[in-house]
Amino acid sequence: MEVYLAILVGIFFTVSIYLLLSKYVIRVLLGVAVLGNAVNLLIFTAGRLTREVPPIIPAGLQVPVDPTANPLPQALILTAIVISFSFFAFLLVLGYRSFQDLHTDDTDSMRFAEPVDEPAPPRGY
Amino acid sequence: MTGMNPTIVFLLSPFLAALLSPVLVRIMGANAAWLLALIPAGIFAHLLGYVPSVAEGEAATMGVVWAPSLGVNLSYFLDGLSLTFALLISGIGTLIILYAGGYLKGHAQHGRFLAFLFLFMGSMIGVVTADNLIALFIYWELTSITSFLLIGFDHNRMASRRAALQALVVTGGGGLALLAGVVVLHLVTGMNELSLVLNSGDVLRESPFYLLAFWLVIGGAFTKSAQFPFHFWLPNAMEAPTPVSAYLHSATMVKAGVYLLMRMNPVLGDTLVWQTVLPVFGTATLVIGTLLAIRQTDLKLMLAYTTVASLGLLVSLTGFGNEKAIEAAVYYLVAHALFKGALFMVAGLIDHEAGTRDIRALGGLRSAMPLTFAAAALASLSMAGLPPFIGFMAKEEIYAAIARADAWSVAITLFTIIGNALMLVIAAAVAIRPFLGEAKETPKHAHEGPVLMWLGPVVLATLGLVSAIVAHTTNHLFVSPMAGAVAGAEVDAHAAIAFHIGLPLALSVVTIALGIAVFCFLPQARFAMAKVLHRIGWGPDTGFDQFISGLVSLSTLITRFLQNGRMEAYMTTVFLIFGVAIWYGLIRYGEFPEFPQFVTPTFYEAGIFLLAVLGLAAVIYAHDRLTAIVSLGIQGFAVAVIFILFGAPDLSFTQFMVETLSVVILALVMTRLILDKTDHRPFGERFFDTAVALIAGSGFLLLLLAVLQVPFDPALSDFFTAYSRVVAHGRNIVNVIIVDFRGLDTMGEIAVVMIAGLGIIALIRVKARRPRAEAEQ
Amino acid sequence: MNTIIFRTVAPYLTALMVVFSVFILLRGHNDPGGGFIGGLIAASAFAIYGIANGVAPVRRALYFHPITLAGFGLFLAACAGLPSILAGVPFLTGLWVFPTVFGVELALSTPLFFDIGVYFVVVGSITAIALGLEDRMEN
Repeated sequence: MEVYLAILVGIFFTVSIYLLLSKYVIRVLLGVAVLGNAVNLLIFTAGRLTREVPPIIPAGLQVPVDPTANPLPQALILTAIVISFSFFAFLLVLGYRSFQDLHTDDTDSMRFAEPVDEPAPPRGY
Repeated sequence: MTGMNPTIVFLLSPFLAALLSPVLVRIMGANAAWLLALIPAGIFAHLLGYVPSVAEGEAATMGVVWAPSLGVNLSYFLDGLSLTFALLISGIGTLIILYAGGYLKGHAQHGRFLAFLFLFMGSMIGVVTADNLIALFIYWELTSITSFLLIGFDHNRMASRRAALQALVVTGGGGLALLAGVVVLHLVTGMNELSLVLNSGDVLRESPFYLLAFWLVIGGAFTKSAQFPFHFWLPNAMEAPTPVSAYLHSATMVKAGVYLLMRMNPVLGDTLVWQTVLPVFGTATLVIGTLLAIRQTDLKLMLAYTTVASLGLLVSLTGFGNEKAIEAAVYYLVAHALFKGALFMVAGLIDHEAGTRDIRALGGLRSAMPLTFAAAALASLSMAGLPPFIGFMAKEEIYAAIARADAWSVAITLFTIIGNALMLVIAAAVAIRPFLGEAKETPKHAHEGPVLMWLGPVVLATLGLVSAIVAHTTNHLFVSPMAGAVAGAEVDAHAAIAFHIGLPLALSVVTIALGIAVFCFLPQARFAMAKVLHRIGWGPDTGFDQFISGLVSLSTLITRFLQNGRMEAYMTTVFLIFGVAIWYGLIRYGEFPEFPQFVTPTFYEAGIFLLAVLGLAAVIYAHDRLTAIVSLGIQGFAVAVIFILFGAPDLSFTQFMVETLSVVILALVMTRLILDKTDHRPFGERFFDTAVALIAGSGFLLLLLAVLQVPFDPALSDFFTAYSRVVAHGRNIVNVIIVDFRGLDTMGEIAVVMIAGLGIIALIRVKARRPRAEAEQ
Repeated sequence: MNTIIFRTVAPYLTALMVVFSVFILLRGHNDPGGGFIGGLIAASAFAIYGIANGVAPVRRALYFHPITLAGFGLFLAACAGLPSILAGVPFLTGLWVFPTVFGVELALSTPLFFDIGVYFVVVGSITAIALGLEDRMEN
């Protein structure tokens, strides 16, 4: 089963990287959202898969009887999902604000901080 | 390691004084110097208590454990060598603090200046007393940094900034060489403490790494002690206020290199390379230093170049290879610290009171500044090597040590005579020109300086005389133990000021005669030197400028190349390197995963995978934004379903909520953007991006497959599963991990979430600075 | 989206979702759920309310600025670690008490308060983001 998920992870990465390589802020944003899923799935798969048995101890027992899904990757991913959402929102707003100020979503035209004709640094002391 | 010891408190007290001095100066003004000088005076007095036991050949070690796992300790070691150095540093330091109190009286940054001086004092005492190799390096670099701060004290002037940077680059670079050197020493000997390394000389000399250690230590010592061709930073450092020049750049810091060589003599010395390299570079520095000194007319610069020369002489003697030479080096080191410190302070006094340091503009100050003149005369006589001063004893010892019958010694002796003769010329010029002759009009009306300022030179110059008169005590208490520590064997020094008719005296007479001859033609000699230097045109000083300028050009070039301001270039670089790194690793180490076995998935699993892939494809090919957003939601929900299929309901819920919120806020923002619909990039660019994405993406696929084919280590997961209910009273293991087992982690993560929220609020609220339309009008 | 039905239903839907989110938060230790998920549900509830009836009523209903709630949550989570220091065990080690109130045994623990802190951080931050964006879009 892991094989299929591994292939899916590969596809997720390929798509997200392709989107990230684009110059346009909107496509980069989509790429970031996909990248988050790609990484989460990677961690999830690397922790091995178990079908349909959540890592929950049945009531009245001290430890689960049957083998359950690996809880550790799940704990890592759970917080990662929320954090990547926060940063996705941050990037989204950043892109939106830069569009408002610069009237473009082409990153090549965003040269405010690194102007094309930046003078050489001063010599001397 | 004997634990905390009062001596350690004394050795560290200058750092406390550095904290106190700005406050005290604010309260008391220049008079704070009197109070602050008590600290180095206290160190001096405390260390004097060690003199009798050290004179008997004992060495004290003490310290506290600092980072035992790294073998780094705050340990100290007091033997004849370090004790004499520490006494010089604290003793001269006392006088310098007083002098600085008068010199910078009324300066707005007086407190800061004293704080820097104390920081330096603490570091320098650390250098000479540190036992641990790493502690030695740290103190060593601290002296470079404080020297930087002090040279650049007057940072409004470009010359100061340049000199400060130059000193930092040269001595700091040498410090790195020293770090590498002590690491080699540690690896070869297996010891962390100098006192132990000192016993491993034979191991080291036979080690194949001897030469490496030698050159690295030399790199540290020669840069710090301004040996040719690294001598250029020292005269430039004269941009610092005079107390700094007197203290750091003549009496103490520049001798750190000599200290290091003397310290390492028992370990690294006694080899051909040691006895060749040190005398050759030392003698070269001696001659070049004195020749360049002749060229100068500024009192401080003349003294600075002779300091370079003296350091050369000390290095040469340290490497000469017999005990007599080491004894001579010890005499000369003490003599030099006394007379050069005094003369620098005299130069500062003249500058302070007369308003100029140019020797051509000064004259006849003897009646206006009698005390200064007396100090200058005494110190100069010692520097010139005339009896009955300690300088004379030193010179006699030098000639007695190096005047041998072989060609090598004769050559060294000849050059040393030239150097000493020229040194006498400078000494005479410094003592005679400003004070004797007819009075000249100076920018300021000269009169005797305040007691704070003349006290230092008078005391030091007098000591130069007293130490020679009580030669027997000096020998017994200071010279013999120090020379013994340097030589690594017992030494019994017995120099005296009484004449011994013999070769050394004859050579002294020759030196004096030659010196007087040159002095008579000093202006002509200066003119000739200027002409020669003009003819050569290039020097290490110019070379330094070219080096820095080249460095700036190079880094500009690299920065322009790497930080070209185009985001897709950064992204391409990152992911290409990522992909290539994974592929290279797999190919290079032959760790390709085996071809996996495909089992048939259930139909709903296959369906959800297909849905995810379709969602992704739609994101790429979407012709308008709404489609793209919806497609993004599709792949997200597909992931959520995958989570629930494989036993992760918590993840699934979270993913559902997040994807919903993402789509909502994307829709909220996107509807306000007026943008091009599709990807307009040319085919070539898209093809290239596809290739990069495929390389990196397939890399991740192979990596994951390879990971899946190694056995899984469930130790952590088993731990959490086993203890979730028993210890943490929770049945949902995922939640228990988040809020209990890894609670600290989670706390950091929610802090991140909150910071992102704050950032977004700030971004939303900030007003648009200037719309482009307005800016263009 | 400003239909009358949506506007009428939204407040009730929001109230229901918030109650549900608290339920999810509290059951989290033994069944699927917890602070992160509960927080996201509550945040969505406020976002829906904001879309339906505008941002001002939501801000009035919340009384505090959402980011203040987030700050409170972080503070609560950090405080949940302090009792363990007083008890002489490492920071954030879970401590449990089982008092009986009106004949019902309650399981009170520091991880519970920690989880509530997580809940508040997520509610506060995400609501602040959503409301901020909605605010922006309205003007």
